[in-house]
Amino acid sequence: MIRLAPVFGLVTLIAAGLALQGLIAIDVVSRYVVPPPSEVLAALGRIVVEEQVPARFLLTSAETFAAGLLILTAGVPAGFWLYHSRPFRRAFEPWVAAWAAAPLVLAYPLFLVLFGRSSITIVILGVAAGTAPVILKTVEGLAATRTVLIDVGRSLRLTRGQMFRKILFPAAMPAIFTGLRLGLTFSLINIVGVEFLINLGGLGQLINELAERYDLAGTYAAIGFVLLASMLFFVCLEHIERWLRRAYG
Amino acid sequence: MAVPTLTVEHVTKRFGTTEFGVTAVEDFTFDVAEGEFVSVIGPSGCGKSTLFHIIGGLTGDYQGRVTVGGETVNGPHPAIGMVFQEESTFPWRNVIDNVAFPLELRGVSRAERLERALHYVTMVGLRGFEQRYPAELSGGMRQRVSIARTLAAQPKILLMDEPFASLDEQTRLLLGAKVTQIQQRLRQTTLLITHSLTEAVQLSDRIVVMTFRPGRVRRIVEVRLPRPRGDDILTSPEFGRYVAELWVDLREEANRGLDAAEHLAT
Repeated sequence: MIRLAPVFGLVTLIAAGLALQGLIAIDVVSRYVVPPPSEVLAALGRIVVEEQVPARFLLTSAETFAAGLLILTAGVPAGFWLYHSRPFRRAFEPWVAAWAAAPLVLAYPLFLVLFGRSSITIVILGVAAGTAPVILKTVEGLAATRTVLIDVGRSLRLTRGQMFRKILFPAAMPAIFTGLRLGLTFSLINIVGVEFLINLGGLGQLINELAERYDLAGTYAAIGFVLLASMLFFVCLEHIERWLRRAYG
Repeated sequence: MAVPTLTVEHVTKRFGTTEFGVTAVEDFTFDVAEGEFVSVIGPSGCGKSTLFHIIGGLTGDYQGRVTVGGETVNGPHPAIGMVFQEESTFPWRNVIDNVAFPLELRGVSRAERLERALHYVTMVGLRGFEQRYPAELSGGMRQRVSIARTLAAQPKILLMDEPFASLDEQTRLLLGAKVTQIQQRLRQTTLLITHSLTEAVQLSDRIVVMTFRPGRVRRIVEVRLPRPRGDDILTSPEFGRYVAELWVDLREEANRGLDAAEHLAT
């Protein structure tokens, strides 16, 4: 049954598409609001050729990848630091939670003034949007490590570094990866959003241009490529997590 | 009289302030000789786990002295291996890698540590389960993994805090027999903290009976049952006599505990 789950997911998606196609055909859903899925599928090939989708896809993916690396290198150590410094944790955790919930994309004019109209600004906004969930989930994962496991480490006289590498990090790994998934999602949303808003490079700009031209099928097809990028990052993260679990097992 | 490997001298531990605190353990003194199996038994809330943490070096700030081979224990000591009451296997490691963990810390090569770990896995009766993860094992099997992991560190003293507390009665008895076998085979100096009368009599050479709070030594009972102790010992009249004798002491202390709880409730 578990092996058939992906097939079940795909079948459900196809069924939903067919249902939508039917609803549009009988005018329950307006084709001027939602284009028929068949037209979106047909537009996929068209925009790949006419709108340089591969280059845009690579640019958005590269920006998200760069933001993801920065989120990882900043978020996990920051979470570890907050976990260890109880006073700072009490002082800053609510602010980090507020930061995670803030619609940072709306502050894009400020980022433009500070860093200029370039990919760097887009990456920085992606980092700003994606770091907070990683910090929060890292703290949560470390704090949820069972005391008895830490006591086992203490009884075996583990150094601080060994305690982190051998017990705290593996115990917190599922939560850290949940944070990374959330962080990357927030980051990708913000990156595409800023590309859209400042009309600069990547898939966000393409969505903006196609929407401006009222090419609805093309717009939805371009959104499909954003979903593809998101799925690729999820699959990569899943593989890294599995590899790390094996390495720590 | 054998030379004591572990000595606990006049240990007192108080939690909280002088005014509002509670004395968990008071003037506690006993020792464990090399190769001996000693149990500390007492009613719930008498300070058994506090004593376990003090001897294991996980709790500081107490009065008195704990020594291993004459050396004062200040923090976790390499000669003491601890088995905890709660389930303590690493869920991200399979059985063999859990057991090999202390050897990994010592930098033993992978091939050698797996071979040595397999020896302890076999000893606790988990051969064939090496590649399983803790989530795939029963509570009793997981506790056996913890015991094997502690034994793999080859500690001079095995210190166990109610390791079978969360298990059903049948598994407790079977595991008790397994621990006796291992202890006899390795001549392992063992200190078991427990609240189970049958477990204490089944396994021990001596039993230290604790009073209810503050935990003091009420008396030390020498168990003169023959070894090796098989399952038949559980049904022998001598076994029953020891259990009954200990119950007289323990009932009095347990009643004091109940009275104290009722007093708090009212």
